[in-house]
Amino acid sequence: MSAASNAIRVAGVVKTFGNARALDGLDLSVDTGEVHGFLGPNGSGKSTTIRILLGQMRADSGSALVLGGDPWRDAVRLHRRLAYVPGDVNLWPNLSGGEVIDLLARLRGRMDTHRRDELLERFELDPRKKGRAYSKGNRQKVAIVAALASDVELLIMDEPTIGLDPLMEAVFQDCINAERERGRTLLLSSHILSEVEALCDRVSIIRAGAVVETGTLSELRHLTRTTIAVELDTVPAALDTMAGVHDLAVEGSRVHFDVDTAEMNSVMRILAQSGVRSLTATPPTLEELFLRHYGDGHERNPGLTAAPGTPLTATAR
Amino acid sequence: MSTLAPASATADPRTPQRSYAGTWALVRLNLRRERIPLLAWVLGIVAVAAGTFSAFQQLYPNELERQLLAATVSANPALLALTGPVASTSIGGMTAWRTGVILTTLIGLMAIFTVIRRTRGDEEAGRTELLASCVVGRAAPLAAAVIVAGGAGVLIGILVTAAGIGYGQPVAGSLALGASLTGCAFLYAAVAAVAAQVAESARTATAMSAALLAVGFALRSVGDVSTGAPWLTWVSPQGWAQHVRVYADNQWPVLVLFAVATVVLLAVARSLLERRDLGLALFPARLGPATNPRLFRPWGLAVRLQRGSLIGWAVGLAALGALMGGVAASAGDLLNGNPQLEQILSRIGGAGALTDMFLTAIGSLAGLIVGGYAISAALRMSTEESADRLGPVLATPVSRSRWMSGHLAFVVLGVVLLLTVAGLVAGLIHGARIGDLSQALRATLSATLVQAPAALVMGGIAVAIFGWLPRLTGFAWTALVVALLLGQLGPLLQLPTWLLDISPYSHIPAVPAESMRWTPVIVMPVVAAALIVTGMAGFRRRDVN
Repeated sequence: MSAASNAIRVAGVVKTFGNARALDGLDLSVDTGEVHGFLGPNGSGKSTTIRILLGQMRADSGSALVLGGDPWRDAVRLHRRLAYVPGDVNLWPNLSGGEVIDLLARLRGRMDTHRRDELLERFELDPRKKGRAYSKGNRQKVAIVAALASDVELLIMDEPTIGLDPLMEAVFQDCINAERERGRTLLLSSHILSEVEALCDRVSIIRAGAVVETGTLSELRHLTRTTIAVELDTVPAALDTMAGVHDLAVEGSRVHFDVDTAEMNSVMRILAQSGVRSLTATPPTLEELFLRHYGDGHERNPGLTAAPGTPLTATAR
Repeated sequence: MSTLAPASATADPRTPQRSYAGTWALVRLNLRRERIPLLAWVLGIVAVAAGTFSAFQQLYPNELERQLLAATVSANPALLALTGPVASTSIGGMTAWRTGVILTTLIGLMAIFTVIRRTRGDEEAGRTELLASCVVGRAAPLAAAVIVAGGAGVLIGILVTAAGIGYGQPVAGSLALGASLTGCAFLYAAVAAVAAQVAESARTATAMSAALLAVGFALRSVGDVSTGAPWLTWVSPQGWAQHVRVYADNQWPVLVLFAVATVVLLAVARSLLERRDLGLALFPARLGPATNPRLFRPWGLAVRLQRGSLIGWAVGLAALGALMGGVAASAGDLLNGNPQLEQILSRIGGAGALTDMFLTAIGSLAGLIVGGYAISAALRMSTEESADRLGPVLATPVSRSRWMSGHLAFVVLGVVLLLTVAGLVAGLIHGARIGDLSQALRATLSATLVQAPAALVMGGIAVAIFGWLPRLTGFAWTALVVALLLGQLGPLLQLPTWLLDISPYSHIPAVPAESMRWTPVIVMPVVAAALIVTGMAGFRRRDVN
């Protein structure tokens, strides 16, 4: 059962389209039973990765294992055990939503009809409408219901909730949490950060065809910076040159800076010796976390795009 | 779970397993989606065959009349180019001869449209992506499409065989006729299967396949008319159907050619499929320009969307023109060795009259083809609308009339341009062969350009339907098929004049074989203009999707 601990295991995958290098040595591993967030800017290679995992595209080099099998060679066998929701669902104009759900489920093998009816009700989807009559959100629901009603081990979803209203987004999150409890694995590509925060056990961030960061959200937070606003009796000169301190701004006794989470302890020790009158520490928001990884200059100050309390020095650069 | 892994580890890593899984489910899906178009194709094609059997039985009941008709055919290069030679003067043989081109063309188009729609068409729309994530083999969508198109071909073959037997024709010949039609269906389904792998859009794939269908016709046509290169008929599938010589000596071995070519083409399609990624073409798409200021001029978008296909059509019509010009001069040679016919002909103008008849016939073929262009250019508007690309454009300060006018310019000017290209190429080649350029150009250009009014009416019909009944735009093609059938079979079936006159093509004077009549040539553009204006009025009034 060694393969069972990793539902998805990708190592060093390269995929080129002509001169364009879509994936450049991508590594990704998704543990069995986890909800894994897959994030990255537009055009970073998320959909290409997913299509390789589905055996719809073939990697030029590197290795990919899905549920212990080769996604290209064993596509048919593996597809019995996984379900996919694309980000842009196109339906057959003259087939009803119910027909499409039945078709997809029949093509996958097994469907829980009781669960399908329950899902139709929860998502408030009318299965009798024809494909051309559905709005974007409702087309999306058809694919989601078809996937969730299938008896599979692995769900792969590529921005599945685009077009869903906030109420349906909440229903979707409930359903995914239920899937997790049933022991299913989910690879979820998403740009909706609240969704990622609510659902994902671990996330991988992809940029320019390679995964740049992977881990739990708290691990990722650890890699980034906390914004500190502090009022001190005396401003220690050492602060300016300390490792891990960025964008220091001093206005009289008030000091404003960002600090790498790893250096937090030593910075706090210096501050404590300088007579702290008041202190606010703002942990990095998820947005900051992602902007830091999405942005071109990997080393650039996250404060550049931060929420309230952004130091002037940063915006002036 | 883990027990499955060792089994796959021993397999050849290059060949994916169970490539055809899910094929039957997809066949059912395709039947569900194509049931109405397929029913129309099958019934239409069988009705043409049955109608012709019945017509020959009623109108040419005795052998002598049919022999006379066959003799006229072999003396007439125009008819020979269009329909090929007569193999047998029995009722069945005459039916097979007269319907050969029409049925092979229709059945070829049926196979091409069906296969492309259900392969590249679904892939382009993103539906295959969803299907392929299920337990569906990589080759299953292709196999399901070919099975459905080929199955329709088998059904047509059976029904046409039954029709032949029903009209009292020999069983063997009827079976050979049905089998050659089925062979054509499979062959062009296989051609489309290859095109669907090579081209990235359904539109291009359809155009490529239809062009090959036309090449098949042209090779057979030149092979039959030119005395020097009869082998050309052996490189054309339509030529094979002719070489089966149904109701004459039923050359069964020729049918093997269909089977072999189909198997080879399907193997090619299959191996190309293995070499590409889903949704992509065989070769990576080239990058487009980063910016294009010309797009923002009035009509700029229409030019960008239409020019590629206009160029393709122009190449095709130039080829038809080359065929027309290359063969025209030798059209009179066919009579060498038949002194009686030569004598008759010398009274009506000699070999020159034969050449003119040939030019008229090919000109009317060009007219029908360009009518097809007019419809397709007009329906580009419908494609834009149904693909939801029209809304964003009309949300800019572009009026509906202005948006339409760009496409309409392509319909109208495209018709004139294409017919000019065909006439010009034909005239230059014909002129070089007879050594009189101005006379040749006058004859060929008049033969093609005289067709413009009828082709414009076809475009007008498409525009009017788009303006008022946007969900029924497919019926514009029905108008062309009706015109084709009336023109090809109407006189033979001795249909009443008022019925023949429904087709705009029946009003076109047979220039240069006969003298010019100006009234229809002036009236029809007015009709076309009225249809276009009606369509514009409807489009301004209706909801846009």
